[in-house]
Amino acid sequence: MSKGIQFAKFSFLALLGMVLLSGCDNSKYIVLDPKGPVGQQELHLIIISVILCAIVIIPVLAIFVYFAIRYRDKQGNNAPYQPEWDDSKVLEVVWWGIPIVIIAVLGVFTAKTTLALTKPPVKDVKPVVVQVTSMDWKWMFTYPDKKVATVNYAEIPAGVPVQFILTSDAPMNSFWVPQLGGQEYTMPGMSMGLWLQADKTGTYFGSGANFTGKGFAHMQFKVKAVTQDEFNKWADGVKKNSPALTKAGYDKLAKPSLVKELSYSSYPNGLFESIVDKNGGKYYHHMSNMGDSKSMSDMSGMDMKKHDN
Amino acid sequence: MNTSHFFVTGDPMIYGADVSIVLVTIAIIFYLSYFKKWGWLWREWITTVDHKRIGIMYLLASLLMLFRGGVDAILMRLQLAVPNSHFLASEHYNEIFTTHGTIMILFMAMPFMFALFNMVVPLQIGARDVAYPFLNAVSFWLFFIGAMLFNISFVIGGSASAGWLSYPPLSESQFSPGPGQNFWIWGIQISGIGSLATGINFIVTILKMRTPSMRLRDMPLFTWSVLSSSIAILGAFPILTVSLVMLTIDRLFGGHFFTMDGGGNPMMWVNLIWMWGHPEVYIVVLPAFGVFSEVVANFSKKRIFGYGSMVFSMIAISVVSYFTWVHHFFTMGAGADVNIVFAICTMIIAIPTGVKIFNWIFTMYRGRITVTQPLLWFYAFVPTFLVGGATGVMLAAAPADYQYHNSYFLIAHFHQVLIGGVVFGYLAGLYYWWPKLFGFKLNERLGKWAFWLWQIGFYVCFMPQYALGFMGMTRRIYTYNATMGWDMGWAPLNFISTVGAFLMGIGFIFQAWQIIYSIKHGERDVTGDAWDGRTLEWSIPSPPPVYNFAILPDVKGRDSWWYQKQEMKNGTYQEQPVKYEPIHMPKNSGIPFIMSGFWFVAGFGFTFEWMWMGVVGLIGVVLTLFARSFQYDTDYYISVEEIERTEKALAQKRYASVQRTAN
Ligand code: HEM
Ligand SMILES: [Cu+2]
Ligand SMILES: [Cu+2]
Repeated sequence: MSKGIQFAKFSFLALLGMVLLSGCDNSKYIVLDPKGPVGQQELHLIIISVILCAIVIIPVLAIFVYFAIRYRDKQGNNAPYQPEWDDSKVLEVVWWGIPIVIIAVLGVFTAKTTLALTKPPVKDVKPVVVQVTSMDWKWMFTYPDKKVATVNYAEIPAGVPVQFILTSDAPMNSFWVPQLGGQEYTMPGMSMGLWLQADKTGTYFGSGANFTGKGFAHMQFKVKAVTQDEFNKWADGVKKNSPALTKAGYDKLAKPSLVKELSYSSYPNGLFESIVDKNGGKYYHHMSNMGDSKSMSDMSGMDMKKHDN
Repeated sequence: MNTSHFFVTGDPMIYGADVSIVLVTIAIIFYLSYFKKWGWLWREWITTVDHKRIGIMYLLASLLMLFRGGVDAILMRLQLAVPNSHFLASEHYNEIFTTHGTIMILFMAMPFMFALFNMVVPLQIGARDVAYPFLNAVSFWLFFIGAMLFNISFVIGGSASAGWLSYPPLSESQFSPGPGQNFWIWGIQISGIGSLATGINFIVTILKMRTPSMRLRDMPLFTWSVLSSSIAILGAFPILTVSLVMLTIDRLFGGHFFTMDGGGNPMMWVNLIWMWGHPEVYIVVLPAFGVFSEVVANFSKKRIFGYGSMVFSMIAISVVSYFTWVHHFFTMGAGADVNIVFAICTMIIAIPTGVKIFNWIFTMYRGRITVTQPLLWFYAFVPTFLVGGATGVMLAAAPADYQYHNSYFLIAHFHQVLIGGVVFGYLAGLYYWWPKLFGFKLNERLGKWAFWLWQIGFYVCFMPQYALGFMGMTRRIYTYNATMGWDMGWAPLNFISTVGAFLMGIGFIFQAWQIIYSIKHGERDVTGDAWDGRTLEWSIPSPPPVYNFAILPDVKGRDSWWYQKQEMKNGTYQEQPVKYEPIHMPKNSGIPFIMSGFWFVAGFGFTFEWMWMGVVGLIGVVLTLFARSFQYDTDYYISVEEIERTEKALAQKRYASVQRTAN
């Protein structure tokens, strides 16, 4: 038996080594490698929570291992034995107290970050609005300022806060671009806001995170962050060179299918709003987590009041 | 409804399943007929109302389900081991993870938990049965029938594929037509009613059936954990029942509770299902905490440290667990204030949980620890649960959860707490109380192999999944391409994770072997006190007679059996004169089984939307209830002579073995 355990221990260590080695290239941990202020703040919170948890876990583990060895019932062990000792007010106060303090600290950081993320990450730059629609099984992005549309990729200006406005024309999904920041659900009949921002130009991995059926695994997309100039140029290029998205074209696109990256020079007026309304938005006025959406509606084509009936 | 696909076709694995189901059925029928066991099966098991036997049946069923759920897990891990795999098609994969989640929580963890309830609670509190033995049998058969209904979906009609929580609109008939989703609804609905009844049964049992001398504060911690878990069941399961009814109305009768296109709202489902679902995870983990409390005290030969705060923290957990459900959808846009409140409530749960861990560790302090199989699983639990709890706190930090949610990080977290907490806990309980129920111990050597395979497999499987979450891998994808596999680094970690899953699978095989082996060769125990225990269940023979206690025990505080033994050793124990009285017992009944059969008919009918059949089933249910209400002859008395005879035989067996070992 002990040989078996020896072998087991050895193979365990070997595997652990493999895991650690394969993790050496830390640029692969995209959640831990944010490229914008939102992801950055979330990473800070992650780090704080890890440290706070470690403060408790590591000593507890150490005590646990020590006791397990020290009080083992074996010959010659003359550690004290007190079978009736089962209470100590001091100790209990300590270990109700420590977690309470830790949770209080973490709670404060959590609350602060939560509030911070409802607002645009920087105040002095005029934000861009990108509307996002998840479909079976693709992503459509419409740009109310540029009046162009894309499928399965998005282009955004770097250094500019982006207000993503999310909905779904299919079962609910979740819009996630880890290096820019955390995800948010896309839901039929509702439109929700998510602030993200890229500080560096680059191409970022994005995916649908909430299961939506057969083609779900293929709902990955790229978000290309480029300079403001390039962004404008790109939009102009799309305007010139791409086909228009018609109502009929949209209806076809919305049918369950997989497609590759597409661009459209225009799309039907109020397409996004009509998708929200069609899926039940007409019954609701749903605009939670929009942050200061009022200032948004002044400057974008998306008037949130539309669902207010 | 289109039933041209009544039998699922087209997949070699399904045909394999068909064949093996038919073969196993034939084998069972042959065995029972050849050895003329039908009568025995009916009299001794199917109609039984004895809590110990019901416990054993729960145990068997849940081990079977653990096997089934484990096979599903391995199939999924095989599919994900390498990029671009074509082993499972998308729909098949989706069906498998839906089935896996549903089975593991509802048809493995729940019955395993009920097995422990039934096997232990009456014995720990000095009771002869549960409060409602007939209802107990009904609960078991409802669970069993619900589980079977859900299980056959794979070969008949097709399985659900919308996930174990079946979020609408995906689970509505527009996106999930066909019987699969209905199987899910009815399988859970039927067994859920049984679970609710069990919760009620054990609350009453614990509050009303304790031996008269046992005060609440004398109760063993396992019993406390069952009480708090049962109270949580009482609050949570009605929510599940109602939500399922609402979804049924949507699917079968064109309702709009959860579809926006009639003014309903899918977010309502998400809230409801987690109002049940979050307490549910604590429902299953609390009894595991109870097991660990017994195990660590027993094998440290010490009183449990901080009994009062142990009880308080369990109650606190079962209450606070009702105020955390939103942490399962922080990213659904409830707003900053709501997220903050639920984030903090979630973190608060970690406090009483942490306190329990301290108390267990300090139970070991100044103890005399013998490392037995049950204690091994406790040892494994401590580090796993520390890490799982910590990742839970990390998840609870709402804005950070925007990054973990729906990723493999989440998958790693809940497996860490569910396997490391619930499964390890129940296994510890299984090893601990096995000799009580069966009269022999499970083989140590095989058990150690199983243990280490599980341990290593567990870490190899789930640690890489935390990393995968940080690499942006989302849950429930059936495949990923080479770019993600190699450039994004997913492939090696997925491969390692699959290896770990296999190791756990092998661990399970060792356990099955261990049980079979030990039936023949396991160390027999006739003392009734296999572990030198502290609580009442160890004061009676193993396996206990039908009536458990010939005389209701007289307890003087906590751990009373331990102190009685000490008095016996010192010679200060005063033997009370034995005076038996006739014992009142419930009679066996076939009605729970028959009624559940009608539930099956009803569930099957509604699943295929054959309303006539559903209605026939329900009428059958009502008729059996009616029949029951006209049964007057439902109990009997065990005579004093018979008790004397039984007790004498048990004592003789014990004496003979003492003689044998003495020689
Ligand atoms: C120590 C305290 C714990 C905390 C603070 C905690 C926290 C959380 C949080 C915040 C989530 C949601 C994450 C997300 O969806 O993004 C979660 C998910 C989950 N937790 Fe825990 N948890 C704890 C203990 C447990 C225990 C004891 C169990 C089970 C016995 C459990 C089972 C689960 C399950 C099953 C899920 C995910 C289910 C799903 O989405 O499919 N957790 N936990
Ligand atoms: Cu919503
Ligand atoms: Cu929860």
